[in-house]
Amino acid sequence: MSRLAETFAALRKEGRPGLVTYVTAGDPDLTRSAEIVKALARAGADVLEVGVPFSDPLADGPVIQRATERALAAGGSLRATLDLVQSVRREIATPIVIFTYANPIVRMGLDAFARRAAEVGVDGVLALDLPVEEADDFRDAITRAGLDTIFLLSPTTTDARIRKAAELGRGFLYGISRLGVTGARDTVATGAKEMVARIRAITDMPLALGFGISRPEHVAEVGTYADAAVVGSALVALIAEAGQSPDLIRRVEDYVGSLRAACVPTKA
Amino acid sequence: MTMQTPVRRDPDERGYFGPFGGKYVPETLVEPIEELQRAYYAIRDDVTFQSELARLLKHYVGRPTPLYEAGRLSAASGGARIFLKREDLTHTGAHKINNALGQALLARRMGKKRIVAETGAGQHGVATATACALLGLECHVYMGVDDMARQALNVVRMRMLGAEVIGVDAGSRTLKDAINEAMRDWVTNVTTTYYLLGSALGPHPYPLMVREFQSVIGREARAQIIEQAGRLPEAVVACVGGGSNAIGIFDAFVNDTGVRLIGVEAGGEEIIKGRHAARFAGGSMGVLQGTRTFVLQDDNGNIELTHSVSAGLDYAAIGPEHAFLRHIGRAEYAYATDADAIAAFKTLARLEGILPALESSHAIAHAQQLGKTLGPGAVILVNLSGRGDKDVHTMEQYVETR
Repeated sequence: MSRLAETFAALRKEGRPGLVTYVTAGDPDLTRSAEIVKALARAGADVLEVGVPFSDPLADGPVIQRATERALAAGGSLRATLDLVQSVRREIATPIVIFTYANPIVRMGLDAFARRAAEVGVDGVLALDLPVEEADDFRDAITRAGLDTIFLLSPTTTDARIRKAAELGRGFLYGISRLGVTGARDTVATGAKEMVARIRAITDMPLALGFGISRPEHVAEVGTYADAAVVGSALVALIAEAGQSPDLIRRVEDYVGSLRAACVPTKA
Repeated sequence: MTMQTPVRRDPDERGYFGPFGGKYVPETLVEPIEELQRAYYAIRDDVTFQSELARLLKHYVGRPTPLYEAGRLSAASGGARIFLKREDLTHTGAHKINNALGQALLARRMGKKRIVAETGAGQHGVATATACALLGLECHVYMGVDDMARQALNVVRMRMLGAEVIGVDAGSRTLKDAINEAMRDWVTNVTTTYYLLGSALGPHPYPLMVREFQSVIGREARAQIIEQAGRLPEAVVACVGGGSNAIGIFDAFVNDTGVRLIGVEAGGEEIIKGRHAARFAGGSMGVLQGTRTFVLQDDNGNIELTHSVSAGLDYAAIGPEHAFLRHIGRAEYAYATDADAIAAFKTLARLEGILPALESSHAIAHAQQLGKTLGPGAVILVNLSGRGDKDVHTMEQYVETR
C-alpha cells in the first residue's frame, strides 16, 4: 500500500477528515519554502501538495500566479522542486504530491522525472493539463517508478470519466468544487456536496476536495462529506503577505494548525 | 525534399496530426471541448449552416478577395511573377474575419451568448467584435498590455464595436498571456461562454476548425492563380504566428506535391533567446495552451519570452498542423527579421500602393528573396493576410528613430 493510500485508510479508521495543503515550491525563496513545507507537516497537514512553478499557469488564479512569478524569480523550477522535496524528506514522513503543469515534466522526460521523483521521496503526481485521455504515457512512467497518479474531477466531469479516473488513478482523487481557476472564496461552493455524492455513487476511492476553501469552518463543512479538504490560495496569500517577515513560519504554523483543528471526527 | 503521399487531411479522433496536437486542457474544460467538437462536426457538412456562412462571406466580408499580380514588386524582386492574395481587402482588414464569423455562427447555434477571445495584433479581436455585433453576442477580448500600446488603433475599433477589451499585464504581456487569461475566463464561465480562438492553435478541435474556416483562402487562390497564371505556382508563401492564414492558404495545395509551401516565422531582432519568435529555429517539442507542438522554452520547460515587431507573430508556439506538415516534409519554414519586414512594408507601399500588415510583410520579404532565387518565369503566390493601417504608428516611430 502506498503512503498516500495508508494515510487515507488511517483517516477513515480515525473517522476524521484530512487536511491537504498546497504551496508553490520556491516561494518566497527556495530556503524558506523548504522551511514552510516542514512547518506544514509539523502543524498537522495530512498530505502536502508541492507546486512546480511554471511560466504559464493557465488554471491558476492571481494569487498562485504571483507565487509562481516569485518562485521563478527566486530560481524555482521542476528540478529545484524535486531537490526541495529531497531536503525536507529527511525530516518529515508526511506524503508529498507534486502538483505540476505538463510541460516541465514533458521537457525533463517523463521517465527521468518519475525516477527522480521516486528517488527524492515523492509519493504522488498530479498534472493539471493531463486529463485521463492524454495521461497514458505519464501514468505509465509514474506507475513504473512506484508512485501514485492523481486525477482531477470537476463539476463538468461526466460519470463515465469519473469511472475512468477512479480506475486509472491511485492514492486519491482530487475534486474541484467549482468551475474556474484556483482562489480563496468566502463560502464552500454550492453543489460541492452533490458533486461528492455523484462521485461516491461511482467509487469509494479517497476524495479530497479543493478550490475556494480557506477557513476552518470550510474545512469542517467539507469534512462532513469528503475524505479531505485542500487549502491552497489562502495559504499562498499568507506566505505572500508574511514572506519577508521573521514570524513567517510561526504564522504559517498557526494558520494551518487552526485548519487542522477543524478536522475532527464527524461520525459517532 | 522527401514527400509522403497521400497526406492525411484530418487529425485522428484524439485530435492528433501525427505526434502533434491533442487536448491538453484542465479537467473542467474536457467536457466543454467534447461538446464543442460534437457541435463543430455537426455543422461541418450542414447545408443550412454552410450556406449562411457562405452568404455572409460573400455579401458581408466581400469574398472572393482578389488575386493581384504585383508587377512592380515582381520586377524589383528578380522577375519572378508575384501574386498577392488580397485578404487585406476583406471587411475588417484581415483574414481573421473568415474564422470569427464561422465560430460566432457556431456559438449562436450552441446557444452561447457570451464570447471571449484573445488577440495579439488586434485583428482577431476586431473580427470577433464585428461578428458579435452582427449576431448580437456579448464580446470580451483579452489583449496583452504591450500589444494594446502598439496596436492602439485596433483597441479603439474593438471598443467602438461594443466589445470590452481587457488588458493582460502578465508574462510577456503579449498574445500568449492573452490566451492564458481567455482560458481562465472560459474555465470560470464555461456554461454560458464560447471561447472564440483566433488561430490554428489550442486543443482539438480548434486547429482543425480554424483551418477549415480559413481554407476558403486557398480554394479561391488556387482557382484564381490557375486562371491568371495558367498554372499552379512554384511556391505558396505565408507568414506564421499561430498559423491560421498560412494553413488557410496551404490547405488547397497540400495535395499539389509540386508546389512548395513556405511558412515565414518572425526572426525578430536576431535568432537569440528572447529576441525572436521562430519556433522552428530555436524551439523544441512541448505542451502549451492545450496542444503538443514546437515551443520556445528553456531547459526547465518554462516558455521563453518572444519578440517580433509584429504583434501577430509574437508567440512562443506554432499550430500543430504546421509542425506536422514540416515533420512529413510537406511544408518548409523560414524566417524574416524585423528589419526584413519593415523593408518589405516600405517596398510594397512605394511600388504597389499597398500598406501591408507587419505580419504579412514577413511573407512579402521572403517572397522577394525567393523571387531572386527562382528568377523570371517562376510564379509565387503570397498570402497578403492583412492591411497595415494598424501599423502606421509603429512604422512612423521606426522611421523617426533611424
